[in-house]
Amino acid sequence: MTGALHFRDLTLGYDRHPAVHHLSGEVREGDLLAICGPNGAGKSTLLKGIAGVLTPLSGAIDRIGCAPRDIAYLPQAADIDRSFPMRVVDLVGMGLWRGIGAFGGIGRAGRARIEAAIAAVGLSGFEDRAIGALSGGQMQRMLFARLLLQDAPVILLDEPFTAIDERTTSDLLDLIGRWHGEKRTVVAVLHDFEVVRRHFPRTLLLAREQVAWDATPAALKPENLLRARAMVEAFDQQANECERAA
Amino acid sequence: MQAFYDLVIAPFAEFEFMRRALVGSLALSLGAGPIGVFLLLRRMSLVGDAMAHAILPGAAIGYLVSGLSLGAMTLGGLVAGCVVALLAGVVARNTLLREDASLASFYIISLAAGVTLVSLKGSNIDLLQVLFGSVLALDDQALILLASISTLTLLAVAAIYRPLVLECVDPGFLRSVSRAGAPTHLAFLFLVVVNLVGGFQAMGTLLAVGVLMLPAISARFWCETVGAMIAAACLIAMASCAAGLIVSYHLGLATGPTIILAAGSAYLVSLAFGPYGGLARRFVRPRHLEA
Repeated sequence: MTGALHFRDLTLGYDRHPAVHHLSGEVREGDLLAICGPNGAGKSTLLKGIAGVLTPLSGAIDRIGCAPRDIAYLPQAADIDRSFPMRVVDLVGMGLWRGIGAFGGIGRAGRARIEAAIAAVGLSGFEDRAIGALSGGQMQRMLFARLLLQDAPVILLDEPFTAIDERTTSDLLDLIGRWHGEKRTVVAVLHDFEVVRRHFPRTLLLAREQVAWDATPAALKPENLLRARAMVEAFDQQANECERAA
Repeated sequence: MQAFYDLVIAPFAEFEFMRRALVGSLALSLGAGPIGVFLLLRRMSLVGDAMAHAILPGAAIGYLVSGLSLGAMTLGGLVAGCVVALLAGVVARNTLLREDASLASFYIISLAAGVTLVSLKGSNIDLLQVLFGSVLALDDQALILLASISTLTLLAVAAIYRPLVLECVDPGFLRSVSRAGAPTHLAFLFLVVVNLVGGFQAMGTLLAVGVLMLPAISARFWCETVGAMIAAACLIAMASCAAGLIVSYHLGLATGPTIILAAGSAYLVSLAFGPYGGLARRFVRPRHLEA
């Protein structure tokens, strides 16, 4: 059911410029890991790499016990066409894709699961609404419902609580806690240190390079945060080729 | 009763060419419904026009090789359209360019190549004129072509429906659960080309593109799900074809444009009164609800 991730001297980036530079480490089975860091620190890039959307510039990601298809990934700005004429229940139902594929029927059991997932995120009554009629927070709840159905061993969340109200955030955090209880591996990019301290046992503090990767209280020590904040965001256009040994 | 018969039934009862036109245009409408809806939803509404130009070199080669033969020119147009669609799709997926830009560049190249090919022969026949048939002169061959195309289209859309919808609404998610995205997109582009090429040769460019897009765009104002939109688009297209044929028969108007004007009227009515985003909703404001 669970999967682990090994980063081996991983460099991810765009146009040869590294956004995540020489990262090594391990996300263990059933970890509940927060990734923190300043803007441009490579947090989203790392998730894209894990999800298999982005190919590493060098180094590798070993996915142990899970293929890229077993990883559920909620991007920062899901590129959902909100004007698309589709009902909430149909979009959530697509979380069953791994089971039903392109042709399989959803069936009575599937429909019950969809209903349960929609209820779990508190969207009961919205089943037949058009997705374009949802507010930002409801949209995020809907995407969490789809994640629930995906039943994936590894779940990646990129700033899932941005622009979400407190109550929804705490509901969704409960869901994440439930996933953790089910021994799923959850990796989330977050900015709210309070939320991280309270709900995430482990934290990776990233500023292009790894600043700290430890139990949350140790990783978020003031000196680490200072070091992370000192990162230079802009790429050096005249940068030389990186000679660091692989 | 007699008046109804004279108005609606008689033209088809009396003239075989009217019956053929009706059957041909209804077949075209059936295939055009789903294709038009997905073109609209993928924001590719203008692709039909671009494709009309893209098929030119293929049709020109067909014409150079075997003269004015429907088969050779259809085949040539089909090949050219598919090559352009394929190149545009591959470029859009693997480079920075989006589909509209890559399609625009390839269809222009294709058009230039087509015009060059036509001028090679030194013929002063306007190939565009040759290319486009007439809805009132459908022979058996053309009818079979249209019927086959709509059958193929309906079956193929049914087969790729789920990934096709997901490709439109959330391509990132589809990519994360399945590799079906790219093949689905290419299959869809192929269907677009097939429908257009068939439509062009049998019925003319205006009719083919018009029947593809206008009913689909009208349907958007009436429906909130893709399935309902497809059904509505097919119905609007069929009604427009029948109405256009009847009106053009009685008033002695050019048939193709009359059909499109009928579809255009449906569009204007939908635009004005459609319950989802129509203009009336902006100006007529009933009292708001309690919750």
